[in-house]
Amino acid sequence: MNKLSITFLIGVVTSLLISAALSTPVMAKTIHSERSLYRNILVEEKNGLRCLKFNVRSTKTQQSCMLVDDPQRLVFNYTKMLFSSLLINPNPERILIIGLGGGTMSNTLHQIYPKATITNVEIDPAVIKVARNYFSFFENDHITAVAQDGRIFVKRESIKKQQYDWIILDAFNGDYIPEHLMTQEFLQEAKNLLSDNGVLAANTFSVSDLYNYESATYKSVFGDFFNVRNNRNSNRIILASTKPLPTNDIIAARAIELSEKLSLFDVDITEISRQMTSTATSQDWPEGSPLLTDQYSPANLLNLKN
Amino acid sequence: MTNKNNNNGPWQNPLIYLLAFSSGFCIMGIELLGGRILAPFFGSSVHIWGSIITVFMLSLSFGYLAGGKLSTKNASLNRYGLIFIFAGIAVLPVAFSSEWVMEAIFLAVEDTRYGSLLASMALFFVPTVILGMISPYSVRLLVTDKDKSGQVAGFLYFVSTLGSALGTIITSFYLVLLFEVNDIIMVFSTALILLGVSAMIFNRLNQQKKISNNRSGNPQEAAHE
Repeated sequence: MNKLSITFLIGVVTSLLISAALSTPVMAKTIHSERSLYRNILVEEKNGLRCLKFNVRSTKTQQSCMLVDDPQRLVFNYTKMLFSSLLINPNPERILIIGLGGGTMSNTLHQIYPKATITNVEIDPAVIKVARNYFSFFENDHITAVAQDGRIFVKRESIKKQQYDWIILDAFNGDYIPEHLMTQEFLQEAKNLLSDNGVLAANTFSVSDLYNYESATYKSVFGDFFNVRNNRNSNRIILASTKPLPTNDIIAARAIELSEKLSLFDVDITEISRQMTSTATSQDWPEGSPLLTDQYSPANLLNLKN
Repeated sequence: MTNKNNNNGPWQNPLIYLLAFSSGFCIMGIELLGGRILAPFFGSSVHIWGSIITVFMLSLSFGYLAGGKLSTKNASLNRYGLIFIFAGIAVLPVAFSSEWVMEAIFLAVEDTRYGSLLASMALFFVPTVILGMISPYSVRLLVTDKDKSGQVAGFLYFVSTLGSALGTIITSFYLVLLFEVNDIIMVFSTALILLGVSAMIFNRLNQQKKISNNRSGNPQEAAHE
């Protein structure tokens, strides 16, 4: 055998060994898996909990979960924390969700606000299909799903002078947010879509070098905003609005009004209202932190350095 | 083995390899930033990279053709340097005019696939064609012995593709952390122009040396013939 064929053989054997080592069995039962243009999509089920995952190996990449016997119940804390937006605008009529996941947020919001129009924007058509087939995501006269890059959707909507009362940015998979969805220019475009009472809620990271950059960027566009977080996970919700932030009294009063309606969905809005901190009183990043812009947006490189 | 017509001085070949390396570095650096430049208007879908890679490959292929053709007429280090200067200048609109070019295309074309294809065509076609001319032109300047042409071409591809690899990794891992996209493009442009100028200066110095050598060495050469 000559050198070339030996090298080739070694290559084949090594790659076989590596792939065998990587394909260790998973505990939960996989009921669907597919490889889309963007990612591996997995639907797993264990003890009646069905979850959408975008990656096999990582533990923190569950996108969306649903209890098969109780599909209305929200499973993730961060989705519950998103309801803090209602303390700023209790009656959203036009809702834009960027990043569909399993579509549970869209379903739940339709039950709370049957008359509201909900537009879901998701870059990956395969994710929309999986949400429909496995997570009871539904569309009707009020609910639509658009397969498009969020940035382009926002730009086109702003040319059409559309307005939204509630924008939810959830293009977040546990460790990655597309960089062009974190820049100052993008936030300005999203702000242009907000109605007078509009509120923007972004599900994002809370630890890493990126924290300072991202916070400074939001502040540069919206002024002061609310951080919503609890101690149980590393997500934070950024709540921003075109108007000045409401006072504590108004928030407390709205929490009481909403508590009954939201408790049906296992959302304790009173507790969530206590987890909100305004950057006006507690700015926890250094003054003069660099901004993320379309020219400078190494967001996910910054996020590597925990 | 000595080259019969290689009276170019000892540093000419290393200089050409350095220039080929740098052009490889810049091409891939710019291609990588292309994704960043297009993202605000055309997103980061899979077809963005499809558009960018298509345009770069297409323009490189035309560049190879044009560079090969150009090298048949009076190939010289001077003209080689000029290619670099033109490439450096052609890169500048990527930094200065990309915004309105992309906005115009974004408004005119709804489909982001063709929008991104048109935009990358508008921004990157010309500079990449010029950068593509460098490889065949380098071969022309380096090959003086046809038995060694394969070896020379192999080493040239090695050097320029190594430059491409480094341009990709350094730009994506480090440069975007430190600088704005337009600043990096400007540095690539300046580097290309400076390299082109240095090739021309080198050429001039060499010719002066050659003339003085010829004057003093003429009787010997005559004796050889």
